[in-house]
Amino acid sequence: MIEQIHYYLSYDFVRNAFIAGSLAGILGAVVGYFVVIRKASFAAHALAHIGFTGATGAALFALSPLDGMLVISVLAGVMMGAYGNRLQRSDLAIGMTLAFCLGLGTLFLILYKGFAGQATAILFGNIFGVSHQQIVQTLVLSGVSLGALLLLSRKLLFVSIQPNLAEARGVSLSALSIGFMAILAISVTLASQVVGILLVFTLIIGPAGIATRFCRDFWAGLITSVAIGLLAVWTGILLACITSWPPSFWITTILFALYLINETVCRFVLQMG
Amino acid sequence: MTPALSITNAGVHLGGNDILQGVNAEIATSEFIGVFGPNGAGKTTLMRCILGLMPLCSGSISVFGEPPGQANRVIGYMPQARASLESTALTARSLVSAVEGGNRWGMPWNTRRSRAEVERVIALAGTEEFIDRPFSVLSGGEKQRIALAQALLGKPRLLILDEPLASLDPRNQMRMVECIAQIKATTGATVLFIAHDVNPLLDVMDRVIYLAGGRAAIGSTDDVVSSASLSKLYGTEIHVVRAEGKIFIVTAEGNVTEAAHHD
Repeated sequence: MIEQIHYYLSYDFVRNAFIAGSLAGILGAVVGYFVVIRKASFAAHALAHIGFTGATGAALFALSPLDGMLVISVLAGVMMGAYGNRLQRSDLAIGMTLAFCLGLGTLFLILYKGFAGQATAILFGNIFGVSHQQIVQTLVLSGVSLGALLLLSRKLLFVSIQPNLAEARGVSLSALSIGFMAILAISVTLASQVVGILLVFTLIIGPAGIATRFCRDFWAGLITSVAIGLLAVWTGILLACITSWPPSFWITTILFALYLINETVCRFVLQMG
Repeated sequence: MTPALSITNAGVHLGGNDILQGVNAEIATSEFIGVFGPNGAGKTTLMRCILGLMPLCSGSISVFGEPPGQANRVIGYMPQARASLESTALTARSLVSAVEGGNRWGMPWNTRRSRAEVERVIALAGTEEFIDRPFSVLSGGEKQRIALAQALLGKPRLLILDEPLASLDPRNQMRMVECIAQIKATTGATVLFIAHDVNPLLDVMDRVIYLAGGRAAIGSTDDVVSSASLSKLYGTEIHVVRAEGKIFIVTAEGNVTEAAHHD
């Protein structure tokens, strides 16, 4: 088994996949913790897919897909943040915007036929195709967004727990909400370049959603969330090497299985207690 | 001595409606004030004005001699909306800790001093028994106590409590009132206590603010909660009936008004 792992790791693209996957896993777990506490998972989901439109539309404006995605999702994120709680609760508004953006993305896809292959990569990810340059870029930018998030984390936690009290203590709800959504948009965009929109979303809500169900304080939750994220990414990539099925499939399946087990156990424990 | 709270001719108009008009009140330090009135009478609006979260259209408010919003360090606010963290296992203690120093930048590390402050409010709000249990499994009354503990952080001199008795059964209402009276006695804080029903607070209130139709009456319970005063405030005939040491507020048609309703 260990020998087998050594063998896989001797390949450059597998090593790169591990590094990129780990970065996306850590970033997703930390950002995701706040997404779950703030009940913004639908907004996060929408943000990731709205980015798809940016990526396909970028060609129209002679931008790179990454720039297109960043522009669109940060814009959408800031708008969602500005509407704050009202929009977070308004599933309908997010859903309609999401549907419209995906429709627009389809149009862009038809206008630029050569883009189809790249579009699949953006949606479902190609973790085995990550270049060294992409890793450096991801490392720097995820470091920046993690730093920004940790700087905000204390206020963000307060606002998520007791928004009215936080407002009374002079914390600006809308500024914080905009800041958080911008960080979320950047994280989602960066990670989707590496692991695809599907996997980004899984890595954001999966580990954090599982961890918050049983972790009793903030730090335990955050650390457990990161651990679950890394475990899923590593196991998924290994299984993908062994079976040659896509890593995105394995990672989403592992997290879904963990989620089901965790829900069952939590429900059982709650009934007993 | 500067009053804890001074409200002069305060008015708020939204969309052509007078939410509040000509509200006057002067509240001394360490007074316990019950704030009553039907739904939509402007109770929460008045509290948001005192906190500086909503601007007045006319008149002025000063909190310990400062304009609203400037003195919020010394105000403890227990909002009506409760935290909803139903799907998480975060303990009540971690939710109180997160609020302590929650308006600072950086990561939620707690220093020894902030941990001591958390311990102080846990004891003060009488939450020791369930503080280490997940917040989501607590009863309504226990959740209210946690919100109270959060409001007590930072040793506030003015406590604004927005319906702490909402959706509590009579026994838990009594406990909550006793707990807050005890806190007032030990900390000397001024208390603004919003409630629907006058009765649970009869023994602990110093004075009453009664809001109806955007206008307010302030004074002793006997003066304000009387047929004459409430009829004037509501602009319709109201009977205040005292029986068995309790107060019942009834309209001319014999309906018990909202003031006596439990949520």
